[in-house]
Formats: sequence, structure tokens, C-alpha cells
Amino acid sequence: MSITVKYFAVLREETGKSQDIIQFQQGMTVSDVWRTIMDKDMPTDIKVAVNMEYTRHDASLKDGDELAFFPAVTGG
Amino acid sequence: MKVEITESVFNPYEVIAQYQSSLDKDGRFGATASFVGSMRDFNDNQKVTGMMLEYYPGMTEKHIEKICQNAIEKWSLLDVMVIHRVGEISIGDAIVAIGVWAAHRGDALDACKHILEDLKSQAPFWKKEQTKEGQRWVKNNTSGYVKSEE
Repeated sequence: MSITVKYFAVLREETGKSQDIIQFQQGMTVSDVWRTIMDKDMPTDIKVAVNMEYTRHDASLKDGDELAFFPAVTGG
Repeated sequence: MKVEITESVFNPYEVIAQYQSSLDKDGRFGATASFVGSMRDFNDNQKVTGMMLEYYPGMTEKHIEKICQNAIEKWSLLDVMVIHRVGEISIGDAIVAIGVWAAHRGDALDACKHILEDLKSQAPFWKKEQTKEGQRWVKNNTSGYVKSEE
């Protein structure tokens, strides 16, 4: 029962790692995971994807999900 | 439809021409719209000497494919291609090339702009610029117009 958490760009540098594996708990949301890892509330401008699809900060998670946190995108 | 992420330098005009020659749709398209984005040597009032482009393997390709599919559903298109660089980028290198083929110019031009703007605002890429003072993450893309930046 786990979730893979990925970090990109400045968040990867700030956390000092590109991913974490965390214990999944029933009813867990995206912002719960952020609070658990970062020990603070999730800033509104952080982008989130679950299983490579954009989602909301209050989205519920399920066992085995791949969750990604990243800043505003700047491609092209 | 073709979507490619590459670490290799590419000639955008050759890539678009090669893809067009593989289409086997001669006579069907009356309009080809293309966009090429290249690396500038300045940004945010500072000289830039190089750049690293990070992406999210898997999601980035999937998201661009979705953007192209949405365009195909919204406009009457014959084909679409997008190629985007990642990794270390030098001044003047092409970063992105988009090609859109349609029977008519309106569909081709509107879809090309839509794909570009969606890619710039939603596709997971992150630029880290090298300046004389050190490295910095680009926080937001420009609006695309000089006047609105002043």
C-alpha cells in the first residue's frame, strides 16, 4: 500500500530528491501528502498530476498512484 | 500524428519537410502552418548564455498527444506533428517545431496557434537558464508579445 511521489524542477532541487515512496492511507488527498512530506500547507500555485493527468489539490488518492508536484510550466 | 521529445539538436525546417514528405497526402492539403521556437540570448532583461530544459517523461508526451488530438477534433486537420527539445540547449537552437496540415488556411493557422499556446501553458517542461550571475528557473513564460512585456 504505497504511493510514488515525484518532484520536478525547483521542487526536485528543494527536496533534494526526484521521488519518494510513501505509505498509502485510506482517504488520503493530494494536499495531505504535501503536508506530510513538507510539513506545511500546499501553496496554491503548485501544479499536481496523478498518474500523469492534471488534478486538483483536494483530489483523493488510491493505492499505487503516481503523484507529481511541480511549478508552473515553461516549455515551448 | 507525430509527437517527439528529443535531446538532439534538430533542424526544424528539415523535420517538418521530412514529415510532410511521409504523409502521402499530396493534393489533399492546401495549407501548412508551422511554428518554430528557438532559444534567445536574453530573457527578463538579462543576457542568457545557455539553458537546461527538464520534462516529465511519459506525462509530457501524453499531454502533447492530448493537445494534438483536441486540435484534430476541433478543427478539420489532415495531420499534426510536434517535436520538442529537452536537456542542454544552446543559443539559437530550435526548442520546438509544430507542423499542421489542413485543406484550408483557417483550420491550419488556428490549430497551430492553439497547439502552441496549450503546450506553453500546460505541457510539463521547465526551463533553467544560465546567466552571468548563475542559474535560475524561469518562473513563467512570456505573453508572446513585446508590447505587453513593457
